Amino acid sequence: MTVADVLLLALGAIAVGSGALVVTSTHLVRSGFYLVVSLGAIAGLYLVLGAELVAWVQVLVYVGAVVVLLLFAVMLTRAPIGPSADLDRPALPAAVIGAGVGLGLTALFVDAFRWTRFPSPDPGTAERLGEQIFGAWVLPFEVLSILLLSALVGAIVLSRPDIGARKAEDA
Amino acid sequence: MPLWLDLLIRVAAVMAGFLVLPLVIGQAEHKVMAHMQGRVGPMYAGAFHGWAQLIADGVKFVQKEDITPRDADRTVFRLAPIVALFPYLVVILTIPLGPGLVAQSLDIGLFLVLAVLGIGVVAVLMSAWASANKYSLLGGVRGAAQLLAYELPLVLAAASVAMAAGTLSLPGIVEAWRPWWLIWQAPAAFIFFIAGLAEIRRPPFDMPIADSELVFGYMTEYTGLRFAFFLLAEYVGIVVIAALTTVLFLGGWHGPFEEQLGWLWTLLKIFALSFVIIWFRVSYPRLREDQLQRLCWLILVPLALAQLVLTAAVKSLL
Repeated sequence: MTVADVLLLALGAIAVGSGALVVTSTHLVRSGFYLVVSLGAIAGLYLVLGAELVAWVQVLVYVGAVVVLLLFAVMLTRAPIGPSADLDRPALPAAVIGAGVGLGLTALFVDAFRWTRFPSPDPGTAERLGEQIFGAWVLPFEVLSILLLSALVGAIVLSRPDIGARKAEDA
Repeated sequence: MPLWLDLLIRVAAVMAGFLVLPLVIGQAEHKVMAHMQGRVGPMYAGAFHGWAQLIADGVKFVQKEDITPRDADRTVFRLAPIVALFPYLVVILTIPLGPGLVAQSLDIGLFLVLAVLGIGVVAVLMSAWASANKYSLLGGVRGAAQLLAYELPLVLAAASVAMAAGTLSLPGIVEAWRPWWLIWQAPAAFIFFIAGLAEIRRPPFDMPIADSELVFGYMTEYTGLRFAFFLLAEYVGIVVIAALTTVLFLGGWHGPFEEQLGWLWTLLKIFALSFVIIWFRVSYPRLREDQLQRLCWLILVPLALAQLVLTAAVKSLL
C-alpha cells in the first residue's frame, strides 16, 4: 500500500464515521458539526486524488456556507445543549434499508471492476477543469445555472408575502 | 539541503511570523490608539514605552483560571478557539514575502486562502452555541450572518484580480502586477479591504462583539488562555487581511531594489495597511446590523460585479 492508499482509507473512515454520527447523534447541533467533519474529510479525499480545485471548492461552498446556513437555521429555531429525547428516528427500517443499499452497491462495484487497474487521470488543475466546464460541458453548466436562478427567484417569492400568493381572507 | 531541514526551517519561519507579527500589531494598536485619543498608552512594562506590554498580558492570561460554564457543551466550547486560530495559520503558509520567498507555493493559492478563511464562521458558531449564553448566541448569529454576507464581495474582488493576472497563484499574481493596476483594480482593492475588515470582525464591523450591548458577543464566556487564543486570532486576522490586500492589489514585493529588498517592501505595505485598520477602529462608530447588511448587498456586491465586467473588458481589449 502506498501513502495515498493509507490516506484514502483513513479519510474515508473519518467521512463515513462522522457521517454515521450525524444521523445517530441525539445532540441536535452537534450533528451539524459532525457534518462539517464529514464534508471536510471528503475534501481531503479529493485532495489526495489530485483534484485540488474541487477540494477547495468543497471547503468553500459546503463547509463555509451550506453547513453554516443549516446551523444558522437550527440556532434561530431550537438549539438545545445536550441530548434531545424527542428526536423522531425510525431506526430499524432505516438501518435495514441503508445497510442493504450499501451492501448491494459494494457487491455491484466489486463485481464490475474486480481487480482491474486503471491509470490515474491527470491531476484536476484549475486550467483543465475550466477547459472541461466551459468547453465540453458548457450547456449542462448553463442549464444548471438557470435551474439555480429559478430556485432563487422561487425562494424570494415564497418568503415575501407582498408579492406571493394572495392571503386566504382576500380570496 | 536535506528535505527535513528545509521543512523544519519553513515551519519555524511560519511559526515565528505567526507569533511575532500579531504581537507587533497588537502593541502598535495600544500605542497608536492611545496617541490618537490624547493618551500615552502602556509605559511601564519593559521600561521603554511599554514595549513588553503584550508579553506581560500573555503571562497574565496563562495564570488566569480556565472556566468552562456548567451548562456549556464542554467539548465544542474547548475546541472553538483552536478552530478560530487554525485557518489563519494555513493562510500565512501561502503568503509570499519576496521573489521566491514563500513557505509553500501553490498553483491555486488564492482559492485555498479564500476557502480556508471561510472556516472561521464555523468557529464563531461553535463558540456562540456551546457557551449556553444568550448574549453569546446572539453575537454568534450576527457573526454568521455577517461573515456569510461579506464572503461574497471578498471572493468577487479576489476573482477580479485573478482574472487580470490570469493565474490563481499568489506569487504569480504579484509577478503579473503592474503599477497601473492600482487604478484599474482600485474598486476591487477597496471592496476587498472593506469586506476583509468585516470578515475579521474589526470595528466598524464589530456588531457580533458589540461590547456595549452583548457584553462580548460569542467570546463572553471565555477566560484565560482560550480567550487569549481568540484575541490572537483577531490580531493574526489583521496581519492576514493586510497581507492579502498587499499581495493582491498593492504589488507585494514590487519597489526599488526588489531583488534584495522585496521582503522589506511587503512588510512595509502590510504594516501601513494594519495602521489604517487600527485608524478605522478609532475613527468610525459601529455600523448597525441593518446598515452593515445594506452596505454589503446594495453597495459592495454590485460594485464588485461591475469591477468584474470592467476587468473582463480591459483584459479582452489588451
